[in-house]
Amino acid sequence: MLRDITLGQYYQTESVLHRMDPRVKLAGTLIYMISLFLYKNLTAYILAFLFLLSVIKISKVPFKYMVKGLKTVMVLLFITSIFNIFYTKGEPLFTIWKFVITKEGVANAVYIMIRLSFLIIGSSLMTLTTTPNQLTDGLEKLLGPLKKIKVPVHEVSMMMSIALRFIPILMEETDKIMKAQMARGANFESKKLMEKIKAMVPLLVPLFISAFRRANDLAMAMEARCYQGGEGRTRMKPLVYKKIDYVAYGVLIIYVASVIICGRLIPIHLL
Amino acid sequence: MLLVVDHVSCIYGADTNMPVAALKDINLVIKEGEFIGLIGHTGSGKSTLVQHMNGLIKATDGAIYFHGQDIYDGDFDKKNLRSKVGLVFQYPEHQLFEVDVFSDVCFGPKNLGLPKKEVELRAYKALKQVGILDEYFYQSPFDLSGGQKRRVAIAGVLAMEPEVLILDEPTAGLDPKGRDEILSMIKNLQKEMGITVILVSHSMEDVAEYVDRIVVMNKGEILFNAEPKEVFKHYKQLEEIGLAAPAVTYIMEKCKEAGIPVSTEPTTIYEAKQEILKVLVQRK
Repeated sequence: MLRDITLGQYYQTESVLHRMDPRVKLAGTLIYMISLFLYKNLTAYILAFLFLLSVIKISKVPFKYMVKGLKTVMVLLFITSIFNIFYTKGEPLFTIWKFVITKEGVANAVYIMIRLSFLIIGSSLMTLTTTPNQLTDGLEKLLGPLKKIKVPVHEVSMMMSIALRFIPILMEETDKIMKAQMARGANFESKKLMEKIKAMVPLLVPLFISAFRRANDLAMAMEARCYQGGEGRTRMKPLVYKKIDYVAYGVLIIYVASVIICGRLIPIHLL
Repeated sequence: MLLVVDHVSCIYGADTNMPVAALKDINLVIKEGEFIGLIGHTGSGKSTLVQHMNGLIKATDGAIYFHGQDIYDGDFDKKNLRSKVGLVFQYPEHQLFEVDVFSDVCFGPKNLGLPKKEVELRAYKALKQVGILDEYFYQSPFDLSGGQKRRVAIAGVLAMEPEVLILDEPTAGLDPKGRDEILSMIKNLQKEMGITVILVSHSMEDVAEYVDRIVVMNKGEILFNAEPKEVFKHYKQLEEIGLAAPAVTYIMEKCKEAGIPVSTEPTTIYEAKQEILKVLVQRK
């Protein structure tokens, strides 16, 4: 049931992308996101598309698996772009009832659709190929300099890793409680809004209680292992850049440079 | 033939790179009024199997019949099935949510769309059956002890008046006293109310005393399906799959090895005592 949501989940397989240093993947995702918002023309998007396609190919994560979890997000995207069609002013294309559809509106909608879907796929690619632990290790290391201005980097990344770690656990728990309540005749598939909301109570109350219980247990277990924050903590597997990571950085730079050059010199516009 | 499981297979995560075959070609017939113990090691597929029986999981392959009707038929009433095949999950107290014990037990029958009076009557009866005293009825379920919570949760399923009661590890995490209380309560339900009971467990000790038939599962397949005495004869094979016969079986085997001519059939302490006394009397 809920197992279908793949957002933020790790997909176990053997690939170059999986072996890469998490810092490269984090930086890469950030740079990729920025590159999507640099130019508003098709050239940049074609490059972004090609880049994304090749990274997906390298990652060895089945595309079907990746998209399966994005269905609900896609609905949201669709609504966003529809709003864009109706609310952008410019050269009118045609009129439906009271709404004027403009050239710019359609273009905007398409761009937003492309941007956001690439953004989501790009970032889910990072979580699919990086374990939560690696991810927070990378984040902690990348944000390390902020410690100097008293930002609690370690604490934040620890909270993040715990949150990420708990996603699948809570999903499983939700699935179990849903089934248990369904066995008692609960109906989660009702079409009526009020009934839908009412049906949430038997699910959410036990879920919250179990989340608190788990959080409590975890805090206890961490204290029992003498955890007291990041001060003086050493790593079992310190992050070290390898050759492949430098290559990846190189590829990233080439990608960004080509987006900037092509986006500026040979812009292709929609409509 | 209350419930027939016919060549059922189930594969988890069929479209990922790690498909797991949880059930492989399971055949099982459950008759009215039986008390069945479903035994298996963790991950043997026993929980998956019972979730098929009330239609929570759809089989990848095969069919399940309840009173001769195929539960996968398009017009089969799933909600009715779930009220007739009551499933109590592992740690059922984790599903409690209402403000007081009584309204929590009312949840099941209320979902069946029964009139208010009938709902309350059923809830009252169910709570009495599991031995919850009136004084607890209007307390928060979260204030009860572990064993009491579990009874309330079981009552929540009983209140739907199922024909088959399936309990997934009902004794997990309870102390020996709580365990015995829950198990004898279940036995009473089966004897007095005529409910068919399927008890899922990984402990032979738990079930040996109570059940009529044991179904042993291993890696998604049924290994044995027979009376307890019959199954325990294969205690060496049981050990191989990480299970064990009750301690009594081992004692009787040792006695026999030591030259005392006892039968190795007893499975409960009482039966063993009778058997040993019988042999000793004969010797004199």
